[in-house]
Amino acid sequence: MTTTADTPHGVATPGADDSRRIVDLVFRVREFGIVAVLILFVLVTAIAQPRFVDASNIQFILVDTTIFALLALGQTLVVLTRNVDLSIGSVLGLSAFLSADLFGHHQGIPIAVVFLAGLAIGLVCGVAVGFLTVVGGVPSLVVTLAALYIIRGIDVLVVGGGQVVASSLPNAFIEIPKKTLAGVPILAVVVAGVVAVGAYYLRSFRSGRELYAIGSNPEAARLAGIPKGRRVFFAFAASGAIAGVAGVLYAARYGTIDSTAGSGYELQVIAAVVVGGVAIFGGSGSVVGAALGALLLQTILSALYVLGVSPFWNQAIAGALLLAAISLDRGIELKLSAMLRKRRAVVDV
Amino acid sequence: MSELRRRIQGAVRWEVGLLFALVAVVLFGISTSSQFLTSTNFFYLNLSIGEVAIMALPMTLIIVTGEIDLSVASTLGMSSALLGYLYVHGWSIPLAILAVLVVGAAAGALNGFLITKVGLPSLAVTIGTLTLYRGIAVAILGPQTISTFPARYTDIGVTALPHTGGYVSYSVGFFFVLAILFGIVLHVTPFGRSLFVMGANDEAARYAGIRVKRTKFRLFVLSGIVCALAGILYTFRLSTAVQDNGVGLELTVVTVVLLGGVSIFGGRGSIVGVVLAIAVFACLQSALFLTDFEQRAMGVVTGSLLLLSVLIPNASTFVRRGREVLRRRQLRSATAEPAS
Repeated sequence: MTTTADTPHGVATPGADDSRRIVDLVFRVREFGIVAVLILFVLVTAIAQPRFVDASNIQFILVDTTIFALLALGQTLVVLTRNVDLSIGSVLGLSAFLSADLFGHHQGIPIAVVFLAGLAIGLVCGVAVGFLTVVGGVPSLVVTLAALYIIRGIDVLVVGGGQVVASSLPNAFIEIPKKTLAGVPILAVVVAGVVAVGAYYLRSFRSGRELYAIGSNPEAARLAGIPKGRRVFFAFAASGAIAGVAGVLYAARYGTIDSTAGSGYELQVIAAVVVGGVAIFGGSGSVVGAALGALLLQTILSALYVLGVSPFWNQAIAGALLLAAISLDRGIELKLSAMLRKRRAVVDV
Repeated sequence: MSELRRRIQGAVRWEVGLLFALVAVVLFGISTSSQFLTSTNFFYLNLSIGEVAIMALPMTLIIVTGEIDLSVASTLGMSSALLGYLYVHGWSIPLAILAVLVVGAAAGALNGFLITKVGLPSLAVTIGTLTLYRGIAVAILGPQTISTFPARYTDIGVTALPHTGGYVSYSVGFFFVLAILFGIVLHVTPFGRSLFVMGANDEAARYAGIRVKRTKFRLFVLSGIVCALAGILYTFRLSTAVQDNGVGLELTVVTVVLLGGVSIFGGRGSIVGVVLAIAVFACLQSALFLTDFEQRAMGVVTGSLLLLSVLIPNASTFVRRGREVLRRRQLRSATAEPAS
């Protein structure tokens, strides 16, 4: 089961180095694999339909990916601890409406304040979910399923039949997703930076490593003195806060926000995270992989659209990819543990 | 023996609580509107809960074994879409119904295969199939709305069962028959007992010679068929097949099952509890409807009920944990004192 990218405390069994190398390799292969599939997909689509690799289309894909890559970062933190956060789509919707609505009520409000407001709304939701999961001792699936509908319901009550339209938003806000630097959307660069920070945190910080430990074996993590409750709580709070910020970005990207904004996003994000190699059992995976998963998913959907496949197929494709990815992971896991067992047996002899 | 008695008492207490809740909700309904007790309202109440009630039965069995099926509402939606699609492509209704039930069984079999044969957690698999089956519904119907079903069939959806005084809908009639069957299977047969054993301890059940995987596989197939049936009834009730039929109903189904006292961790629960929980939920929904509560915000109520029904049984652990923390603090201060 334990397939963390590298064992935090060196295990003094013979062959551990070897095992670690194999496990490491598998993870490299996963991320390279996604990149390879991505390149293949882009090449094939570009040959069939050259306008797929237009600068404007690539920019579109990148900007659309940023929202999902951010959400995937938060979801990864949660999934690593062997939990799941189904509430992010609703949090995004609520934050998108409330933050964009600020522009209508407070003329000339600084954009930074709106982003902070989105962050705060998300944080409140994440804290509530984390509290109920950790202190209530209820499976996160049930808590976040309930939160998904409660937050969406609050959204409906707040929004009513109304909506925020692009004309009520300041230009500087709407321009955020459109700004580019040498042809690359600035937003994509910023989000890539955030993902890099997340990856560094998970790789090099003690509390980051502890998230892996909790997901690999919750009981062992507790016995090792890891403050499990606090870490899981933090993961949910972070996921909520990130979804809040993603909501503000959603508002800037689409301009029109009603009470259905972001519904169903949680499913696409979970698909992206799992396709990106984060184990649904927790304990293994990386945020870079998750972000690549999000990029792959967006690229596939965009490619199919360009190739003339109706966008009505999108959801079915996301679902099929999710199922394929978890089945593939399971296969790799079984192979890997069999291989490691064989190695260990050889060393013992 | 005392363990058994304690368990029975625990279960009975929960169901007695539900009875009180039912009385309270009915009183609330009467106080909000004079319409509440009329036969028309009662019939609408039947219509609004029928499909959820039917889907809650296999869900109960699945949760008792410690698994979950989040794809129920999507299976319902896919069945509804398929029924519409086949009908407009010239299939006769009975044949289309048969095909839909077969596809429902296949949908359940895919869940069961991935969970028992591939060995994936049911949560992850059914989140995947929730997306996939809804995606298939969207893909086969697209933006179309099909509402040309023959009246002979759509009448099933909107008329009462004969000899019930106009109170009971066909869907609730189906539900009662199925509830009795499921109740007998779960509580009287060895098969039903084996489900509880699985939920309490999977490994122990396997060592006791229970075919855990095969049984779970069959339960998921059963769930697929029953959800397909619910999808057919749903379509006839609204006389409409659209791609988003029944979106989000999985929440309501899981809520009524857990509200019925079935443990989310498996191994505990009863059909009687679930039936009572369905009655409570249906009356609450109907009362809120009569008070002009925003229907699209019903999720707030359902979600809160779901949280309550999992938090209340945990309340004792909750209190115990709090006490433990306090005691540990006292101990620490007691041991710290002599040192200083």
